[in-house]
Amino acid sequence: MFRNQYDTDVTTWSPAGRLFQVEYAMEAVKQGSAAIGLRSKSHVVLACVNKTSSELSSHQKKIFKVDDHIGVAIAGLTADGRVLSRYMRNECINYFYTYESQLPVGRLVVQLADKAQVCTQRSWKRPYGVGLLVGGLDESGAHLYYNCPSGNYFEYQAFAIGSRSQAAKTYLERKFESFMDSSRENLIKDALFALRETLQGEKLTSSVCTIAVVGIGEAFHILDQETVQELINEFEIAGEEAPVAEPAAPDQAGVAEPAAPDQAGGAEPAAAADADDDNQAAPGDQGAAPMDM
Amino acid sequence: MTKQQANWSPYDNNGGTCVAIAGADYCVIAADTRMSSGYNILTRDYSKIIQLADKSVMASSGFQADVRALQKVLASRHLLYQHQHNKQMSCPAMAQLLSNTLYYKRFFPYYAFNVLGGLDNEAPKVLVLHSSHPFWTTNSSLQALSCYLRRMQVTPLSEAEAIDLVKTCFASATERDIYTGDKLEIVVLNASGLRSDYMELRKD
Repeated sequence: MFRNQYDTDVTTWSPAGRLFQVEYAMEAVKQGSAAIGLRSKSHVVLACVNKTSSELSSHQKKIFKVDDHIGVAIAGLTADGRVLSRYMRNECINYFYTYESQLPVGRLVVQLADKAQVCTQRSWKRPYGVGLLVGGLDESGAHLYYNCPSGNYFEYQAFAIGSRSQAAKTYLERKFESFMDSSRENLIKDALFALRETLQGEKLTSSVCTIAVVGIGEAFHILDQETVQELINEFEIAGEEAPVAEPAAPDQAGVAEPAAPDQAGGAEPAAAADADDDNQAAPGDQGAAPMDM
Repeated sequence: MTKQQANWSPYDNNGGTCVAIAGADYCVIAADTRMSSGYNILTRDYSKIIQLADKSVMASSGFQADVRALQKVLASRHLLYQHQHNKQMSCPAMAQLLSNTLYYKRFFPYYAFNVLGGLDNEAPKVLVLHSSHPFWTTNSSLQALSCYLRRMQVTPLSEAEAIDLVKTCFASATERDIYTGDKLEIVVLNASGLRSDYMELRKD
């Protein structure tokens, strides 16, 4: 983006009718590491890429549980995201205290959007530098919303934000029509595939990504690393790199053959993928949401 | 000129009795289900017991509106704790929270008499107003039941014996106390989790 004379504070319009500070805030979202959300009639899956600043550090938390029925994935300034998650949690708790029922997702995102808008119209504030993918369940079904630093929000069938999210969006645009009636497993599979697109060739392992699910009868929770790795192996989407002849390698299910997800491929993987023909193989269920299946 | 007295009280006593006993590896929390006001019975089927966390169960007698408000405040605070600490509150932590919450309203109190029972690092405890006891009772049948429960201190009881003791206590309290009766709700907390049981009491 270019520097110009109308971008000093958020309360200055440009002659073209733009608020540059708000647009710069949206740039911050684009610089963050990718976050993806998809939903079906009964489930919402949030997935994000974990980026560490160095090998020595742990990765930043990008997915937050807001309530049993709502979770959020963020991209951008994670500190802003953390603060907004705290706000969302408080809102859910207070709503439940007053009404003894769950805060509908649509209400929460409006409150969030209004909060973001305030920061675009006060000279002593700055816009939040974080984009939020809010996934949740309420009486009217499963919902996925995207909240923007500008104060806008939209509902989506599937969406991706952050760096290299366009690659994921391209994948999602191809497949989104099938999501509404997708099973939970297929939804997670599509999330993993979409996530892999943003990695641009890097290998997809459970240490690089975080997946969270919420659905009917299933409270929002983040899947643990082993479960995610098993799912990656099962769907054989580790990566398109050179086939490794090492069958004992724990994170690879042998040669990645995306065209034949059901078969175990040429090599005999010693890893978790078993010889089940059925895609809904048992390993994916262990450690996954205990209420499911 | 005598001091002016209030002609309306914000409080009412809905009666009832609560008991909690901690044994070697279990905790029993029990309360009757009668809700009264004066000489009237408002309902025969009102639970005074609530599970606040994995290992904390609270029973409260007194003014049930205040009890309910207190339960809601503690539940909300527990939810917040879980978000911040990624784990459930321990029983002693819950007891401290209860104590602080009650003190917060020191000058317009929650008219709630509470017993908090639970497991603390797998060791059962009964906590009353932040002191630890092997057993405690509240409200209506306070004095009467305490005598029976003193038996606990003499010989350690097994879980089944403790439940039996509680049932006998309540049956006996029901005879003499007009505010106790209808049904007894017993909650048992042990290593394998939580279970509920009910026993009919005299309805008069």
